[in-house]
Amino acid sequence: MRESPGQRGCSIPARWTRAVAAALLLAALAGCAAPQPWVKPYEREHFADPIMAANRDPVATSYLEHVFESREGARGATGTVGGGCGCN
Amino acid sequence: MQLSGEARPARTNSRLRLSPFARTLLTLCVFTAPVISGVLPEDRADLMWHSYSGGGITVDGPSVLIRKKVGDNLSFTLNYYEDMISSASIDVKLSASPYHEKRTQWSGGVDYLHGKSTYSAGVITSKEPDYKANTAYFSVSQDMFGDLTTLTLGYRRGWDQIFRDIKSPDGQIVNDPTFHERADHRGYSLSLSQILTRNTIASFNYELLTDQGYLANPYRKIRYLSPGQGNGYTLADQIYPNTRTSNSASVTLKHYLAWRAALTGEYRFFRDTWGIVGHTLEADYTQPWHSWTFDASLRYYRQNAADFYSDLFPRADYQNFMARDRELAAFQDYTIGMGAAYQFHVPGLPWVSKSSLNVHYEHLIVNYSDFRNALLAPDYGAGNEPLYRLNANIWTAFVSVWF
Repeated sequence: MRESPGQRGCSIPARWTRAVAAALLLAALAGCAAPQPWVKPYEREHFADPIMAANRDPVATSYLEHVFESREGARGATGTVGGGCGCN
Repeated sequence: MQLSGEARPARTNSRLRLSPFARTLLTLCVFTAPVISGVLPEDRADLMWHSYSGGGITVDGPSVLIRKKVGDNLSFTLNYYEDMISSASIDVKLSASPYHEKRTQWSGGVDYLHGKSTYSAGVITSKEPDYKANTAYFSVSQDMFGDLTTLTLGYRRGWDQIFRDIKSPDGQIVNDPTFHERADHRGYSLSLSQILTRNTIASFNYELLTDQGYLANPYRKIRYLSPGQGNGYTLADQIYPNTRTSNSASVTLKHYLAWRAALTGEYRFFRDTWGIVGHTLEADYTQPWHSWTFDASLRYYRQNAADFYSDLFPRADYQNFMARDRELAAFQDYTIGMGAAYQFHVPGLPWVSKSSLNVHYEHLIVNYSDFRNALLAPDYGAGNEPLYRLNANIWTAFVSVWF
């Protein structure tokens, strides 16, 4: 398939972003015909159990993430927000 | 190879620049996605003591977290955190003096449930004698598709001021009046949580972070070869690029086991414009037993070195950017953790619905691949010292109260 002039030179991440955005838009516009939940509300009792919580002990989780972020080059994508510091 | 501070960030920015079409689609997605429901955090209070000890550094202090709902739509969070630091690390011994200092951090946040979506915002302020940092954040979260999917979009902005402490003629530790730098930070995040089956939930997190300003540690030094002089090397100031952009993405799977236990697996990929690529793997297991809950965890992390890192540069002014911070070296680390929580009821306090006592312990081992123990240069010669290895013990003990 030939690329249109507008697509020529488009980097792979930009194409992925467009594809994901288009998929999200279609999903959003299909709100009235959203897919039926395949796990019914009455089947979700296990997710109410504290052991399944994403962040059961927030104060300890934040601390441990701070310990790792101060000593490693990697950062982010942990699902929590940390502040800056001169900690290394 | 001489490094350019501009080329790499510029290349990354061109990848992230979205066309008007893609921007419009993303905007429409945010404002037209169906909203189903949101949940505010539980009312709780936590009082924690934390302790880190390893590599000549001890850091300990308290942390207090309070979360309280007001009405049906608002929830407030307040956290006070303190680090009391005593450091005689290998870096300090090489190029500075052992020190004691205190860092305090306050953070406050609010969650607002409007209709069927949740808006969160907050600020974090951190203060230590030679570093001040302020951060503000905002996020929007909403459930979709019959509450099976939760999408969260977040933004954060940080403003840091960096000082350098020196010893005055009368022996007092004061800020160097000739040194005052700034650094700005921006972060964009996207999180997607998805219930897969009645026992399994998956989540995906992506975060783009950019920094601009003074990003180095003003106390640490590089070293370069100086045959025949002193220990065979000379120390000099680090020179960092003024910009950094990083992308990180993680996937987490959490599964409920038939005998009431939880198994969690997580992988995170990290890449930045300084040339660091990092991989994090973690597995956690949680097992309740009567009033107890036990946790066990294993974490593995590895990264390669930044492009401008070297343990020992061949000569002075070898390249335009030069660093010897351990955090930019190539290394692997392993963390094994365990924890126990005991749940109990406090008699005579009817407003307390439940309480727990918790103790967690983590042991961290860091094996550096290209960071040597320069303190041993007199015995081994510069560049031939043993590789540095760090062992650290990390404790947290806290009491939690739900009300």
